[in-house]
Amino acid sequence: MIATAPLLEVNDLCVDYVTEKGAVRAVDRVSLSVAPGEFLGIVGESGCGKSTLLYAIARLLGPPAEIASGSIRFRGDDMVTMGEDDLRHIRWQNYSLVMQSAMNALNPVMTIGAQLSDAILAHQRLPQRAVLARSEEVMRLVGIDPVHLKSFPHQLSGGMRQRSMIAMALVFTPELVIMDEPTSALDVVAQRSLMLQIKELQRKIGFAAIFVTHDMSLVSHFSDRLAVMYAGQVMEIGPTHTVFGEPRHPYSLGLLSSFPSIKGERLPLQGIPGTPPDLAHPPSGCRFHPRCPKVMSHCRTIEPRFHEREGVQVRCHLYADGD
Amino acid sequence: MAVRVVIDVAPMEAPPASTRAGVLGAVGLALLRSRKAMFGVAMLAFFSLVAVLAPVIAPYDPHALQFDPILGPSAQHLLGTTSFGQDIFSQLVWSTRQSLVLAIVAGLVATLISVIVGVSAAYLGGLWDHVLNLFTDVFLVIPTLPLMIVVAAYAGSGGVAVLIAVIVLTGWSYGARQLRSQALSLRNREFLEAARVRGERSPYIIVFEVLPNMTSLIVAIFLGAALYAVLAAAGLQFIGLGDPNDLSWGTMLYWAQANGALLAGSPIWVLAPGICIALLGAAFALLNYAFDELSNPALRPVRRKKA
Amino acid sequence: MSYLVRRLEFFFITLWAALTINFILPRVMPGNPAQAMLVRYHGRVSPQTIHTLEVALGLNNHQPIFQQYLQYLGNTLTGNFGTSVTFFPSSVGDIVKQGLPWTLGLVGMSTVIAFALGTVIGMLSAWRRGGFLDAILPPVFIVTSAFPYFWLGLIVLLVLSLTLGWFPLGFAYDITGSIELSWSFVGQVISHGFLPALTIVITSIGGWILTMRNTMITTLAEDYVKMARAKGLSPVRIMFMYAGRNAILPNLTGFAMSLGFVISGAILVEIVFNYPGLGFTLLQAVHSEDFALMQTLFLMITLAVLIAVLAADILTAWLDPRTREAS
Repeated sequence: MIATAPLLEVNDLCVDYVTEKGAVRAVDRVSLSVAPGEFLGIVGESGCGKSTLLYAIARLLGPPAEIASGSIRFRGDDMVTMGEDDLRHIRWQNYSLVMQSAMNALNPVMTIGAQLSDAILAHQRLPQRAVLARSEEVMRLVGIDPVHLKSFPHQLSGGMRQRSMIAMALVFTPELVIMDEPTSALDVVAQRSLMLQIKELQRKIGFAAIFVTHDMSLVSHFSDRLAVMYAGQVMEIGPTHTVFGEPRHPYSLGLLSSFPSIKGERLPLQGIPGTPPDLAHPPSGCRFHPRCPKVMSHCRTIEPRFHEREGVQVRCHLYADGD
Repeated sequence: MAVRVVIDVAPMEAPPASTRAGVLGAVGLALLRSRKAMFGVAMLAFFSLVAVLAPVIAPYDPHALQFDPILGPSAQHLLGTTSFGQDIFSQLVWSTRQSLVLAIVAGLVATLISVIVGVSAAYLGGLWDHVLNLFTDVFLVIPTLPLMIVVAAYAGSGGVAVLIAVIVLTGWSYGARQLRSQALSLRNREFLEAARVRGERSPYIIVFEVLPNMTSLIVAIFLGAALYAVLAAAGLQFIGLGDPNDLSWGTMLYWAQANGALLAGSPIWVLAPGICIALLGAAFALLNYAFDELSNPALRPVRRKKA
Repeated sequence: MSYLVRRLEFFFITLWAALTINFILPRVMPGNPAQAMLVRYHGRVSPQTIHTLEVALGLNNHQPIFQQYLQYLGNTLTGNFGTSVTFFPSSVGDIVKQGLPWTLGLVGMSTVIAFALGTVIGMLSAWRRGGFLDAILPPVFIVTSAFPYFWLGLIVLLVLSLTLGWFPLGFAYDITGSIELSWSFVGQVISHGFLPALTIVITSIGGWILTMRNTMITTLAEDYVKMARAKGLSPVRIMFMYAGRNAILPNLTGFAMSLGFVISGAILVEIVFNYPGLGFTLLQAVHSEDFALMQTLFLMITLAVLIAVLAADILTAWLDPRTREAS
């Protein structure tokens, strides 16, 4: 297998929320990479830092959040050290963003077409006709009649809004599309339909995608690789079928057994006892140890490193031997 | 294939502090940290002190006409004298009483009416809400000073009572609107649902569950009403309504203007009461702003990082 | 469309309320000023004038009160306001017509300037949080917004007119001259109007700056602003088209609602500068107990405010496509 250079390489990224009482670390030494055309899913509970990580990668964090250390290499350049002017060149053309709620992400007083042309004209000086042609093309790509370019966001249905947001994200056929729970605001049927469409578009256009969600089951059907986050750290990361089919980290295991299976015998729902930790005072040693059913004595004091099993990196002392 | 179940459950909103002490304590502490608030409080305290200690601080009887008219500031007359030969400084000190009373009493009554109308509109709902809302909006839009002038003119010289009545009449509507919208949003919160399910009756819910959570807004509205009262009272007294023989900063300005103080060379007669009105108003305005910042943390001062 | 219909409904209801207040007040106040007025006027003015006043105010006591009310409404709506006692024998209508353009010009222009300027400054100060504008201006303007309008007028008069002599003392134009359409007259109007306009702008701008800043800060936290940044749009475009366009909407409504308050302050400024507008005339009416004139001025001022409110509503409907939908 020819190893292609990764499109995105995040190394030891730390993101802090700076408050009057001191800094709270929301993302702690996260490292991951995305190959061209690859679909990476990131799952975790609310508050685990996955959205913060996403916006850090997109370089959209605002005060009080800031990148404390680490690097984000995109196409070879470190985005952390890039100035806003340089960043603006690659924004949208090389990577784009899809947010959770299109109702909130779209400017309520501008038409869809106007917002699309804003995005286009911000980077390329094209004549009106070319802008319109491209806008219509990209709307058709997601299955929306171009007549809606003249509509305002509130005039569209939820699903159409979401898809027009995706249309906007693809207007320059970027290499990377970052998605922050784009399906959470939709009903179950629309969710699946949207996911299928995203996957289809990915096959057609070939962009890489980072997809953040709390819904492990949904993303596992569509992603190539899966990362599980907890309390600001990555706990397990690897090919989806391995992570999902045979979760190794006790947290991943807990997540998976939290929902019932339609087939097979009826088993009692497990869930994970306890609550996520306060990131201002994270637990010592392994952050999951207060809730871990397989906790060992040294879990409380020593922070685990990553250990590899079948192509999956697991941050857990259980897999320490055999290295 | 497993049925998809969403993993995280939105935590139940923690019921907000429903004890008066808890809310007021937190508010008080937060205020202490705000420079604007402390300045406003200091000013209010200062004026209150002057009002209470007026007989002690003022060197002369404010009404006494015994001095030479239009004297400049001197050791005997800190701020000079008026066209009638009265000591301006003594007048200023004694006037603090009425000005302060007007502001606070009118502010309180206006706030009370705002609370009653605003919260009732939110709770009674339906036709009552529509009617009360319309009522509020009408009074909000009708220009206040002309209305006050017309009412006060018809009422003749009734002194402070008329002024307070007229200020309240025009000042309650602004607060009622804000209170109604906050009461409406609180109405749907879960802890109220819990109270209803417990079987508590509406008046109980309104007084013990809803109002304590609106304390911050009610205080902010009082401060706004007091500010409005200061300026409105000054304006009305300046044009001669109310009783010109009362001792108040506004009436001082009336007499100063009537006697052409600016032209006659005694500008202090005009400047001094004006500054006091402005300071008292500023005190309420600063406290009001500090309360805004309190309820909306996004407005608090930001220390800019050199990017 | 239903939005505008509702606003028109409000317009007429408030107008009706103002008319009714005018009718009820003199009858409700202790001492029944309406009757007292008529008694007082006996001997001072001709019986015909008394009659026209009765008719204009609907004070014909030989009829049941409801009929008086209808008569009053009819008279007012046809422009029959009665005769002025202060400016006898001119009719109230004529007096009002004289003062109206001055007030509209001075107050109208000053308020619009203050709102426009204040909104832009507020927007800029929110855009660069912690910058010069944001750190210095809000506290300064909180304090200036607490200044009584008329007091600031007096100060301005003292400093810029009496002491420095840069501007005239008052009135709208040179009293020795006459009203004509010439450049010298226009120059006079501007120089006489500058100080009162300045006073109104200084005292009212603080409010606009602060409210725009606050709504802008909230708007800047919205997802669509983040999205606009993600798209790499220029900061200027984001500030105006994405943040500003949305932040100004609640301010327009606020502007409309607070017009009543602003007009009040402007009236006091007219009084300080002897500016011959509706406010100054109102004062004269009060001093000579000219109730007919007083009532009509109140009505006119209310009407002016209502029209401005309606204009702001129309502007809101134009700027915000969401209001155009049937609710």
